[in-house]
Amino acid sequence: MEIPEEEFLAPGHRACAGCGATIGVRLALKMLGENTVAVSATGCLEVITTPYPETAWKIPWIHVAFENAAAVASGVERALKSQGKDDVNVVAFAGDGGTADIGLQALSGAMERGHNIIYICYDNEAYMNTGVQRSGATPYGASTTTSPYGKESFGEDKPKKNIPMIMAAHGVPYVATASISYPEDFMKKVKKAKETDGPAYIHLHQPCTTGWGYDPSKTIELGRLAVETGSWILYEIVDGEFKVTYRPMQRKPVNVYLESQKRFKHLADEEKERIQNYVDQICAELKI
Amino acid sequence: MIKVISANRALAEAVKLAKPQVIPVYPITPQTSISEYLASFVADGDLKAEYIRVESEHSAISAAVGASGTGVRTFTATSSQGLALMHEILFAAAGLRNPIVMGNANRALSAPLSIWNDQQDSISQRDSGWMQFFAENAQEALDFIIQAYKISENKDVLLPSMVCVDGFILTHTVEPVNIPHQEDVDKFLPTYQPKHAYLDPKDPMSLGTFTDPDYYMEARYDMEVAMEKAKDVIRKVNKEFEEVFGRKYDLVENYRCEDAEIILVAMGSICGTIKAVIDSLREKGEKVGLLKIIAFRPFPQEDIYQAVQNAQRIAVLDKNISFSIGGVLHNEIKAKMDVDASGFILGLGGRDVSPEDIINIIKETRNPTEPDKITWVGIKEEE
Repeated sequence: MEIPEEEFLAPGHRACAGCGATIGVRLALKMLGENTVAVSATGCLEVITTPYPETAWKIPWIHVAFENAAAVASGVERALKSQGKDDVNVVAFAGDGGTADIGLQALSGAMERGHNIIYICYDNEAYMNTGVQRSGATPYGASTTTSPYGKESFGEDKPKKNIPMIMAAHGVPYVATASISYPEDFMKKVKKAKETDGPAYIHLHQPCTTGWGYDPSKTIELGRLAVETGSWILYEIVDGEFKVTYRPMQRKPVNVYLESQKRFKHLADEEKERIQNYVDQICAELKI
Repeated sequence: MIKVISANRALAEAVKLAKPQVIPVYPITPQTSISEYLASFVADGDLKAEYIRVESEHSAISAAVGASGTGVRTFTATSSQGLALMHEILFAAAGLRNPIVMGNANRALSAPLSIWNDQQDSISQRDSGWMQFFAENAQEALDFIIQAYKISENKDVLLPSMVCVDGFILTHTVEPVNIPHQEDVDKFLPTYQPKHAYLDPKDPMSLGTFTDPDYYMEARYDMEVAMEKAKDVIRKVNKEFEEVFGRKYDLVENYRCEDAEIILVAMGSICGTIKAVIDSLREKGEKVGLLKIIAFRPFPQEDIYQAVQNAQRIAVLDKNISFSIGGVLHNEIKAKMDVDASGFILGLGGRDVSPEDIINIIKETRNPTEPDKITWVGIKEEE
């Protein structure tokens, strides 16, 4: 696959070393190109890329609030349409909190109305901008500052909310999951999203060095482990047709993934087994 | 053309004449018919606009901000709980300097739940950075919408506007309204051409960035300067409006105040009742006047002081309450000028205000039992 050399997210922004979110945005923008307007929800991405008077965005960009990226994108898309600028891509970037929790209503409305927008959720599995608080996308067993492990707690006690499937239930013509550690797979999906007439939703898994607790040099490795263990599955749903886009040659035990992160370090064998069983069950259904 | 229509219809007609390109709107009583009229204008091809059927008021104002960010004229409308739900984004719209115009059908806030009129909803948004214009009747609702675009889009202002119409009293009452010709409105209100900020791939900008303490205060101060400048812009737009359409407006309306010993200060539809009472009292030789506040934001303190300074007593009528301190308009007048003013809280949650109530207010104001007394008009004793 040919990857465009041109960059639309400038270096020098204030992300942590090893930040997964900015890798994802950088790759997505390469595929979307300069004829794009981006909308950001409040969150890490917004804060690290736009400390006034600086900006890392080489394309037009707007941020309004935490929970309304999809609604703002709706307005941008219709306004461009009203000016005859139908050819401009409108992309919204929101974190898992801004998508699965506080932004779900606005997202549901925008997707159901069928706006021609691309919504990319960069999912680092907690509220990282404010210091690792639990979100609806936090996986089972993860310790966060609001779901800490303790004498009476093993961390987050609910499985991750399945947003891509909620999007699919809206009849969104293009729904996909992706990982920053599989850039070609992700970029192909962004290209398909761009070519989709109507809304497209991509749920992008991205490790977070500070929130997950691992060495900044290991971001790509962690993203790969999530997929190789079956903890995160890469698929797409095109007009309702479900297809797994990447199958690990041999699925690794979930333990390898869990043990490489501080957020899971506290887990007892019993909980790790429960997680393995959960992953096995999903993978069995999908023949992974 | 004169048509007998409600304020909601008049407001929708004004929107049609102003030609916004994007209208994200969510229905709520008593605003609903505004969203319906606009939907039918678009469905019939009489208004070329993108009508977005959003899933909440929060998304209505958010989509309006996104649309306005691309540089197109936008409109939305709401009421009460809807306006409260928009609260967060009202501040963002003003801070982003989006010249959005909104219609607000004034309605009480829950709890207890009430669909009826008072002005607590818009008054509660007074610090959001929006200009607020209160209409006395359907004609003003129409005229204020058209002028609001011209004021908001002025390069010295660039702040959003809210045109407030009393729920049911105006929104659902029909009266004769003069609907201007499209050509005249087009001449008065040309297409909006943003120069300060817009989302265009040919000229990329970042809007709504993150600021540290070195910059935030200046951004807010710029809004204060703009709000202050808006007073002159409003006067200028009022004058231009009068030249084209023949109807004269100002930040306040001075009704028989010149020699008045007692002046009532009020906003919105209640001014119609007050004018009728004043006319009958004047026939009996009582020197009473009304100062109608049209622009609540920017706050026309100079105009108010000029009108009331020679009166012996003034009464301020508030359809809102800031608990433990009284009506907001009363407090603001007291804060800004050295005048004796009795405060009256009335009409909350649709409680009817009759001409007799106004007469009693004038009596109480003439001989107050205590200075700056706050009276809840028509409050029933606990049983």
